[in-house]
Amino acid sequence: MFSNPDLLHFIFGRLSFDSLPFHEPILVVTFAAVVLGGIVVLGALTYFKLWGYLWREWITSIDHKKIGIMYIILALIMLLRGFADALMMRAQQAVSFGDAQGFLPPHHYDQIFTAHGVIMIFFVAMPLVTGLMNFVVPLQIGARDVSFPFLNNFSFWMTACGAALVMVSLFIGEFAKTGWLAFPPLSDIVFSPDVGVDYYIWSLQIAGVGTLLSGVNLIVTIVKMRAPGMSMMKMPVFTWTALCTNVLIVASFPVLTAVLVLLGLDRYVGTNFFTNDLGGNPMMYVNLIWIWGHPEVYILILPAFGVFSEVVSTFCRKRLFGYSSMVYATIVITILSYLVWLHHFFTMGSGASVNAFFGITTMIISIPTGAKIFNWLFTMYKGRIKFDVPMLWTLGFMITFVIGGMTGVMLAVPPADFVLHNSLFLIAHFHNVIIGGVVFGMFAGITYWFPKAFGFKLDAFWGKMSFFFWFVGFYFAFMPLYVLGLMGVTRRLSHFDDPSLQIWFVIAAFGAVLIACGIGSFILSIVTAVLKRDQLRDETGDPWGGRTLEWSTSSPPPQYNFAFTPVVHDLDAWADMKKRGFVRPTSGFMPIHMPKNTGAGFILAAISLILGFGLVWHIWWLVAVSFIALLGTAIAHTFNYNRDYHIPVEEVVATEDERTALLASQKA
Amino acid sequence: MTMANNTAAPTEAPVFYLKEEHHPEQGTMLGFWIYLMSDCLIFAILFATHGVLGRNYAAGPSPADLFDLDLVAINTSMLLFSSITYGFAMLQMAKGKIAGTQLWLAITGLFGVAFVGLELYEFHHLWHLGATPMRSGFLSSFYTLVATHGLHVSFGIIWLVTLMVQIGKRGLVPENKRRLMCLSMFWHFLDVIWIGVFSVVYLLGVLG
Amino acid sequence: MSTHSHAHDDHHGHDHGDGASHGTFNSYLIGFILSVILTAIPFWLVMDGVLDSKMATAAFVVALGVVQIIVHMVYFLHMNTKSEGGWNMLALIFTLVIVVIAVSGSLWVMYHMNINMMPKMDHEMIQNFG
Repeated sequence: MFSNPDLLHFIFGRLSFDSLPFHEPILVVTFAAVVLGGIVVLGALTYFKLWGYLWREWITSIDHKKIGIMYIILALIMLLRGFADALMMRAQQAVSFGDAQGFLPPHHYDQIFTAHGVIMIFFVAMPLVTGLMNFVVPLQIGARDVSFPFLNNFSFWMTACGAALVMVSLFIGEFAKTGWLAFPPLSDIVFSPDVGVDYYIWSLQIAGVGTLLSGVNLIVTIVKMRAPGMSMMKMPVFTWTALCTNVLIVASFPVLTAVLVLLGLDRYVGTNFFTNDLGGNPMMYVNLIWIWGHPEVYILILPAFGVFSEVVSTFCRKRLFGYSSMVYATIVITILSYLVWLHHFFTMGSGASVNAFFGITTMIISIPTGAKIFNWLFTMYKGRIKFDVPMLWTLGFMITFVIGGMTGVMLAVPPADFVLHNSLFLIAHFHNVIIGGVVFGMFAGITYWFPKAFGFKLDAFWGKMSFFFWFVGFYFAFMPLYVLGLMGVTRRLSHFDDPSLQIWFVIAAFGAVLIACGIGSFILSIVTAVLKRDQLRDETGDPWGGRTLEWSTSSPPPQYNFAFTPVVHDLDAWADMKKRGFVRPTSGFMPIHMPKNTGAGFILAAISLILGFGLVWHIWWLVAVSFIALLGTAIAHTFNYNRDYHIPVEEVVATEDERTALLASQKA
Repeated sequence: MTMANNTAAPTEAPVFYLKEEHHPEQGTMLGFWIYLMSDCLIFAILFATHGVLGRNYAAGPSPADLFDLDLVAINTSMLLFSSITYGFAMLQMAKGKIAGTQLWLAITGLFGVAFVGLELYEFHHLWHLGATPMRSGFLSSFYTLVATHGLHVSFGIIWLVTLMVQIGKRGLVPENKRRLMCLSMFWHFLDVIWIGVFSVVYLLGVLG
Repeated sequence: MSTHSHAHDDHHGHDHGDGASHGTFNSYLIGFILSVILTAIPFWLVMDGVLDSKMATAAFVVALGVVQIIVHMVYFLHMNTKSEGGWNMLALIFTLVIVVIAVSGSLWVMYHMNINMMPKMDHEMIQNFG
């Protein structure tokens, strides 16, 4: 039956037995581990009869809180994958000197650094940010869900399926060897004929749909669903940064979509957008992708700024210093982030006038960012600071991020950039701002809102361990790269000739091990917390003495968030309510109008995943079938008009009475 | 609005929650508009690409060699007619007349089909002349920009047919009205993009 | 249950949901006539070569295109500063700013790239977009 090559090619496209990486021992072992782990998990789910629960309560859930939690779980899983890549790179660079070639052949090493970048940005940082916004924003504005709950579920599954496609590339075929932005002409079909770049394109396109829709969703939620009385200038700072971040998402991800379509056309159709001949221009790709790429940086960092603002004011027991300046700084950063993209390619040759313009705009961005740092400092000044874990992350951020910001301003000087471009100095800089800013911020946020999501705090000991490992590990891992970069060592090398450099790479590898301990400690803080949940339980719903509305409801909040829609009078609405003697209502409940769960989002995303797989491997019948199925399912979904229901008043009363009793028993 | 009284501090305690059911505002129209804005950016990138690559003929044909402006003018008129017929459908909808709405929607759809058909004819013709998207940077960007718009119109037609079926089944219920207004924005938005296409790609292209 | 929710939607749809106004027969007709005129003039200018100067023709085509876009925005998309509490207009303005930055920025940047990196092609690129 394997005799007819045409038929085989029709059925399997480019996919063949050779596509499976049996010749890579690392991958075979990983694959075996994944299969075993998968069997254990699936077996456990079946044994404990959890499939129905998972499907009803999580997979089809349109509850923004559950979707937010799923985003964060996705991000933490992908963090392990992305960090495994990082450890392999650090290990390779620490040993691959002179005659020693290390353990990774170049073609494997190239896939690893590409996958590391893609995964960390798109499938770790983005889901962390989106997940946190999804969970927190509706609670902070006193809403019961987002504006488009079904789209929210669909967005999450598109992101998850994009991540799944990247993971598939680990075991079937290969990933891109082009670096995380896949610059042509290297990523053109001539120089990358394999499936790697196609995996890259389609996983990002699938995830991109999810990201864009969730951006639209959260903007409309913030604009339309704020509690009565919450004017724009009474919104919590995290909500403000979420709004600006989603504006950036909606106004920049289409650019990525478009430019990846063009790259895909070059690869699939043979057009000449970014080719070297027939009127193509590879520099246009670099230009376009950075029009998306720079705002993307702010998409990640702005919510982190929001988290720090919430954490600082909560743990210093003060109103945030300079609320309106914080808001305006955020808006200014939002707009300025579109005016700096060329600083990523000063060296490409646009000349003095262009470089000068973009160098100056880049330096200007440091002004609103600096203003924010001062706002946090002044909030701490004379505050009664409590050094809980979220506050530790915040302090670590303020120290680390300032260093990263300053090296950023150095890179913004075009002549200096000609020396430092694509060197390890650059690598050190962006890890400095992404780890010191985004990662610290997300860990602060997760630690801060974890008790809201689950009703008990994370374990503080392991939380602190995690912070110190990360903090110290970061300096060990990346300060040597600054030094190496200044010495002229470029990025993405799998082998070095000069043995005098080795010591720096060994130090960096040690730092990576420390960070690994940090990640391990973070996981331990979750595991320990689950085990000790009865000691760590918070029954008030307000464990930190919070200031915003999410702390006014129970932990975890009921499905409908608020039995009565709150009315806001002041900034820090919950602090204001506590100060002015708010008493929780215990009667007069009504049925609550809520959206219904639906499996459509999951099904659509799963079909998209199959479509992507077919496109990667040129399995055209599968592409056709899944495309028609996608269209058909989407249309069929629009015929469902029965999308909402009312939670019966008895259920609301029962839930609220339970909480009343709980609160009373605490006071007693 | 009657608001709950706070029992603890009866004197001047402010109201902290709504006692009756709260309806947040409908967000669909704003959300769809924001989606259109993001779509607008996709077109902006395609226009920018055409702006940069649009003169790279690679010793191949140029717009003046290829474009038949009569055809483009006819095609443009198809879209313009479909715009006003969609408008008439919306006026019928506002009056609550199902049959009138369906009739004008059908006419709109036919104009849309005519537009896509003419565009396909044009592509076929150009392809026949050897002006394929693979020929030069100019032709790559031309086909991609125009076909992206055409694909949008095609999806608009599929959506329109779906909506006609739904109106047939359920009448002008609020959901269907909302969907009609979204499609209205989509359809007129595509007109606006087409104005950019015929001005910049065709007219300025032929002008040289 | 569902009839209940529909009733809410219905009541609601008329209060806030519409956002944009529907327009009238006359407004659609005015918009249509204006856009026919604004389409016909640029086609006529280019097809019949009415003006001697290519630059002037190009400027007219672009200017009429912009006017026609505004006509469509007002008469067909019913844009005004009040719909959706001004958020529609804000989103539009923001998008236009980003579009202008992305398009003009790309042209500017790529023009300089071409001058510096591909010296032979610069004159072709200069004329691009006037």
